[in-house]
Amino acid sequence: MTRKVLIVDDSKLARMAVIKALDSLHPDWTRFEASDAATALALVQREAPDIALLDFNMPGMDGLVLAAEVRELNPGIRVAVISANHQAEVVERARAAGAAFLPKPLTAVALRAFLGDAAAPRQEAR
Amino acid sequence: MSDQPAVMLTELELDALTELVNLGVGNAAVGLREMVKEEVLLSVPNVAIVTREQAIANLGRDPAKRLVAVHQNFDGDIRGRALLIFPEAQSMELVRAVVGSDLSLEDLIELEQEALAETGNVLLNSCLSTIANSFGRTLRISLPEVVHGDGSEFFNLTPWPQIDDSVLFIYINFAVRRGNIQGYLAMLLDLPSLVTLKELLASYIARMGGTTPPAPSDAG
Repeated sequence: MTRKVLIVDDSKLARMAVIKALDSLHPDWTRFEASDAATALALVQREAPDIALLDFNMPGMDGLVLAAEVRELNPGIRVAVISANHQAEVVERARAAGAAFLPKPLTAVALRAFLGDAAAPRQEAR
Repeated sequence: MSDQPAVMLTELELDALTELVNLGVGNAAVGLREMVKEEVLLSVPNVAIVTREQAIANLGRDPAKRLVAVHQNFDGDIRGRALLIFPEAQSMELVRAVVGSDLSLEDLIELEQEALAETGNVLLNSCLSTIANSFGRTLRISLPEVVHGDGSEFFNLTPWPQIDDSVLFIYINFAVRRGNIQGYLAMLLDLPSLVTLKELLASYIARMGGTTPPAPSDAG
């Protein structure tokens, strides 16, 4: 089933790398890109993505705060926060925000594990 | 003398370099967190390549402000010197964060060099090895040394300064709950190293972000 994926990272290269990993798994899925939180939130409202992959360390609003706002707008969305910074506090805050934590640089294997879970229908979402 | 660095990076190359520094600093945060036993907050690094004169000017706006630097030399496909620099006035804050605030001032002073060297070692090694690993290369990294002084001293330490040296200059804020420490990371590179860095960045970009063949459009 085709899904809509939102990819948010201030680094263009990091977005390219996520898309490359996503392409290797699900080339038919629709993807939306944002380089900042405001654009990301606008896309969540307009496009209602099923899945959001958010960079943690971004200027302005970080990925954890963004994760909470994204889920507030769309409680059914599955969210992952991506970061090399796997301090216990960061991972814990991701969980508290209802997001998965994926290590950066993102590998297709880690993305597949998350998507395998995220692609499953979510009862409360529908 | 030119006020432009000898080699300029494209927007995407600078993006890639910033992302690599971001990864390195993110990894370092995990190590630093173990040292200070509480969460370490790190800002998004701001990366620029500047001439040595510009780097000195960036650091030296306030002559009253003494600085402390932890530096390490690296050698391999690219060679140069990496420095972690912050205001001397904040050095004790950092030492307190690392070794604990319940020590006497005497003990703190005694441990200062060691704590600074260890903090620098974690941050600089993490950035350098993240960059080297991402390029699939190896860098030999020397032990850290601590120096007090100003920008012109830091960027004129023997043995490397050349007239066309460039500096990879990185602004970063790090904070633990007790206080905010504004620091800089800098990498002094000679011209051949900067040329190599640009080449390595280009192939890293091709590898990481390179477009895959177009997918069948009717997949589903």
